[in-house]
Amino acid sequence: MKFVWLLLLTAALFLLNLFIGSVDIPAREVMAILTGTDTGAEGPYGFIVVGSRLPQAVTALLAGAALTVSGLMLQTAFRNPLAGPSILGITSGASLGVALVMLLLGGSVSAAGFTIGGNLAVLAGAIAGSIAVMGVLLLLSVWLKNGLMLLIAGIMVGYLTSSVIMLLNYMASAEGVQSYTMWGMGNFNGVSLTQLPFFSTTVAAGLLLAVLLVKPLNIILLGENYARNLGVSMQRVRNMLLGATGILTAVVTAFCGPISFIGLAVPHIVRMIFRSADHRILMAGCIITGGCTGLLCNLICVVPADIILPLNGVTPLIGVPVILYVILKERIHR
Amino acid sequence: MDNRITVETCDLTTGYRRHSSARIVTGNINASLRSGELTCLLGPNGAGKSTLLKTLSGFLPPVSGSVEVCGRPLRDYRDRELARVLGVVLTERPVLDNMTVAELVTLGRSPYTGFWGRGNAEDKAVVSRSLELVGISRMAHRLVSTLSDGERQKAMIAKALAQATPVIFLDEPTAFLDYPSKVEMMRLLHHLAHTHDKTIFLSTHDLDLALQLADKVWLVAKDTEPVTGTPEDLALSGRLSEFFCRDGVRFDAATGLFALDMPTSTSVCLTGEAPFVTMAAKALLRNGILPSAFGPAIKATESGFDVDGRICGSIDQMLHTVKDVLQQ
Repeated sequence: MKFVWLLLLTAALFLLNLFIGSVDIPAREVMAILTGTDTGAEGPYGFIVVGSRLPQAVTALLAGAALTVSGLMLQTAFRNPLAGPSILGITSGASLGVALVMLLLGGSVSAAGFTIGGNLAVLAGAIAGSIAVMGVLLLLSVWLKNGLMLLIAGIMVGYLTSSVIMLLNYMASAEGVQSYTMWGMGNFNGVSLTQLPFFSTTVAAGLLLAVLLVKPLNIILLGENYARNLGVSMQRVRNMLLGATGILTAVVTAFCGPISFIGLAVPHIVRMIFRSADHRILMAGCIITGGCTGLLCNLICVVPADIILPLNGVTPLIGVPVILYVILKERIHR
Repeated sequence: MDNRITVETCDLTTGYRRHSSARIVTGNINASLRSGELTCLLGPNGAGKSTLLKTLSGFLPPVSGSVEVCGRPLRDYRDRELARVLGVVLTERPVLDNMTVAELVTLGRSPYTGFWGRGNAEDKAVVSRSLELVGISRMAHRLVSTLSDGERQKAMIAKALAQATPVIFLDEPTAFLDYPSKVEMMRLLHHLAHTHDKTIFLSTHDLDLALQLADKVWLVAKDTEPVTGTPEDLALSGRLSEFFCRDGVRFDAATGLFALDMPTSTSVCLTGEAPFVTMAAKALLRNGILPSAFGPAIKATESGFDVDGRICGSIDQMLHTVKDVLQQ
């Protein structure tokens, strides 16, 4: 029943994202464009709705789901309610990649006489950065058997990358700093209609990998030793977890910037809604609620007339109260 | 019930290997566990009980020697295979928010359930039978986070039972429990071993309970080879008192249990009928007065405690009177 309500809410938010935007388009026109009864699809309104709002809504939906699922997996794997995609350093790795491209190379990458510039270079930087950090974490996880140690290593990697980013910022040109700052604010409009298939398939693959991990995730709630005694190979599960969260976080950060708080806070909202520890329910709940939250944040960004708010200015408004609630609840428990 | 050997160690040395060197905790363990028996692992703190349990459970590789479980070397088992042979109850307390007791016990079925971990009718039956065996059926739908320590421990044992393994290892299952719960827990494990042919092996500090309920005990201590056998054999051979006796603790050969050894400075002549005489003796000993055949006469009966002709209604009064008499 809760799933039905959430699905209805998500559908409603998805439609609202198509109907509402920084450009005022009459609802009748949007209807006509969506149902295809009007030839207006080729006009400027059609361009905005199909070429901009539709990919943006799909991106918000998928990115929200991807980050929330990553957060859920990390919180379970590290048995830490404050774990999230950004804490393991994967997001910082992506940021470092982007910073290198934007600040050091001036926004374009030249290799073997072949130059890629703009979006594509940023994308390559982000993915390369997150894969590099993920590789380091996978290597570390071979001899850091303790989950908490790995978590700390991830946080340290994050600090290291931010220090490099700060140095890069110090040396970079004003335009470089500005475009990097803009990317850092986060947005859901970075995926164009032509990039949407790649973005969607990658996120779908990551989500599928996450869904495959439902049973081991339930078992590792008992802790590593109990899990091992129940036949779960911790090394394998941890590698798969890092792989799945790595893919999801890398692709979302590459396209949308380092989005804060969704991955950290929404899994807690899902636990509050479903009051369950069963990942079969939580995983499905996280996909839907995450998508729902992504759409809601995007809607808040575009609702004020004439301007688009930065995404990372909106997500803490949802995230911080949830995290505070979780911390307070923990205190009351003890 | 044939009490066959299920776990056997051969020249096992436990410890932690680091690079080329190894820190040895316990050496030369040649012992076995049998099905249908409750075996207790006893020893002072830091003697290597946990390390031994970890090694036998396959969490820690042995420094040397080998362990055989159900006729097969432990190192030849893959994790998934071992999960059907050996279940554990550990001291760690995972945080299990929003999880019901039934869900927890169902996790014990994971080695048997399919891809999604959803149990079929048989798994459900095993789960409810396990809950029933440890006596927490009525708590099946309670949240684990609302259970008391004892109930939580029982839920973990039910999980191990649901795992349907012939061998169950428990690391200090009676720690943090109140005394009646400790007794209940040990009786439950004794019952499970005897009526369900399980091999149950547990570490504990509750010496009295272990000596009363264990079929076999393993004694481990630093710098000595471990000793195994029935508590009674070990008592007769004097090994038990060797392991645990020190200042203030005395092995009482009459009961086969350990007792406090109180220094006494004076004595009284205590006679009377049980249980009054026993209680009077206990109270006197605590106060450093030895009940013997010499000294002021005390007669303990149902009608009171007669101290040199003065009748006292309670032990408390008697103690005051005895002290008065002794001072004179």
